[in-house]
Amino acid sequence: MTTAALPSTAGLGLSRGVAELKQFFRQKDHVIFTFTFPAFILVLLGSIFDDAYPGGVTVGQVFAASMVGAGIVATSFLNLGIGVALDREDGTLKRLRGTPMPAAAYFLGKVVLVAVASLAEVVLLLAVGMVVFDVTLPTEAARWFTFAWVFVLSIISCSLLGIAISSFAKSAQSAAAVTNLPYVGLQFMSGIYIPISELPDWMLTVGAVFPVKWAAQGFRSVFLPDSMMVQEAAGSWELGKTALVLGGWCAIGLVLCLLTFRWTNRRAG
Amino acid sequence: MTAIQVRGLRKSYRGHAAVDGVDLDIRQGEVFALLGPNGAGKTTTVEILEGHRKRDAGDVDVLGADPATAGRAWRARLGIVLQTANDAAELTVRESVRHYAAYYPNPAGPDDVIEQVGLTAKADARVKSLSGGQRRRLDVALGVVGRPELVFLDEPTTGFDPEARRQFWELIRNLATSGTTILLTTHYLDEAEALADRVAVIAGGRIVAEGTPATLGGRSTAKATVSWLGPGGRETRTTDTPAALIRELGDHELPELTVTRPSLEDTYLSLIGAPR
Repeated sequence: MTTAALPSTAGLGLSRGVAELKQFFRQKDHVIFTFTFPAFILVLLGSIFDDAYPGGVTVGQVFAASMVGAGIVATSFLNLGIGVALDREDGTLKRLRGTPMPAAAYFLGKVVLVAVASLAEVVLLLAVGMVVFDVTLPTEAARWFTFAWVFVLSIISCSLLGIAISSFAKSAQSAAAVTNLPYVGLQFMSGIYIPISELPDWMLTVGAVFPVKWAAQGFRSVFLPDSMMVQEAAGSWELGKTALVLGGWCAIGLVLCLLTFRWTNRRAG
Repeated sequence: MTAIQVRGLRKSYRGHAAVDGVDLDIRQGEVFALLGPNGAGKTTTVEILEGHRKRDAGDVDVLGADPATAGRAWRARLGIVLQTANDAAELTVRESVRHYAAYYPNPAGPDDVIEQVGLTAKADARVKSLSGGQRRRLDVALGVVGRPELVFLDEPTTGFDPEARRQFWELIRNLATSGTTILLTTHYLDEAEALADRVAVIAGGRIVAEGTPATLGGRSTAKATVSWLGPGGRETRTTDTPAALIRELGDHELPELTVTRPSLEDTYLSLIGAPR
């Protein structure tokens, strides 16, 4: 018998996070797929369209700002949607369930993974934007404050939705398809790949229901001058509404996670 | 001291009784093998004991607690060695064992455990580069790094070549010598015979026989088969008293004389009602 205390949940969450990061960055195909893909698309799209808006902002700069939003959806939603399904399939979750690790430590580890991968993704996309499309970083503290809360709300809501959608995939292979469909579809509908002015109204309406549009719009408000506000569907940055929608998805995502999370693929049998 | 006590355990899936009134007593420090064909209720029983599945009825006591409600402190005293897992492929052996050690209040030294399972030479290799047998050794290392009092081993040597099996058995024997209680499920009768102090056979959701590998199902007292090469060819007789029969056969030599009792496999197959 031992009287030693059980390790703390926070400490275990951190050590899960370290293990998650090691595994993520050592898995080259996964890194390329979820991590450098948005940067690749950014370079492609920005090179195809080279016109400028009134006031001198180029289409490439708008893409760069929007793509920060799309990029962290990849490192949160896509990464966890596939990653948790993979953990379920390869026995990670089954093994963890047999240890005294609390479930919360597993999710904390995923949070650490998503936070680090998303920050790295933002740095990568901004670096590409600055070098290729002359994006300039804002200097006002207020814009960085907006960046911080849009970033945090986006990765929390998209991470929770990713964990929830992983339970709908029957296997890790189908998880890639199940997560990519809404991810790619919503990028079109949210004006990431195609400028908002080109999109039909119904698409804008559908896109406005989901977090991708609000994340991208939030980052546009950070990295583009206020003169670009008029290009938005509502003619303004709508920061209050952005906080409301992203916050709402955090709550919905949490409920979905609690309702759908499974430790194994096998149903009772 | 009892490590596991089960009375009247029942579990049904959609009206089908997978476990239909199982009783078990496993003493502390014992190696206990649960044998049975696929679908006999082995896995369901073990998963209920591990606290991974709810039961419909019955009393279950594992290390003094009910698995359905026991918490982390109880789980820290168990070790579960998985049957099939390919997780943590990108971590090294040492990173994996260290990481799992961190979950437990009083773990063994990761390097000691790696040495105990014979993976020292592979300690810095990525898990994905291990062979099947090495992978199972790592599974054992992850299952015992928390210094468990009770270890669940689910079909541990499926797919092993004969040499790897022998080495694996040695590993399990060493674990048993240190006083760890082991509950082993297996398809292999020689494995149960080599490792287990006691064996139970489960079929159709019930325990149909229980005993030591030597006495299971009345094996030690069953009729013996005496066979030898007579002048007119091979002769075979079954008897309760083989020594008396051989005396009776006279004072001349009996070429190719054998006296056999049912093998564990024969006993097992008749217990589960399989055609021979």
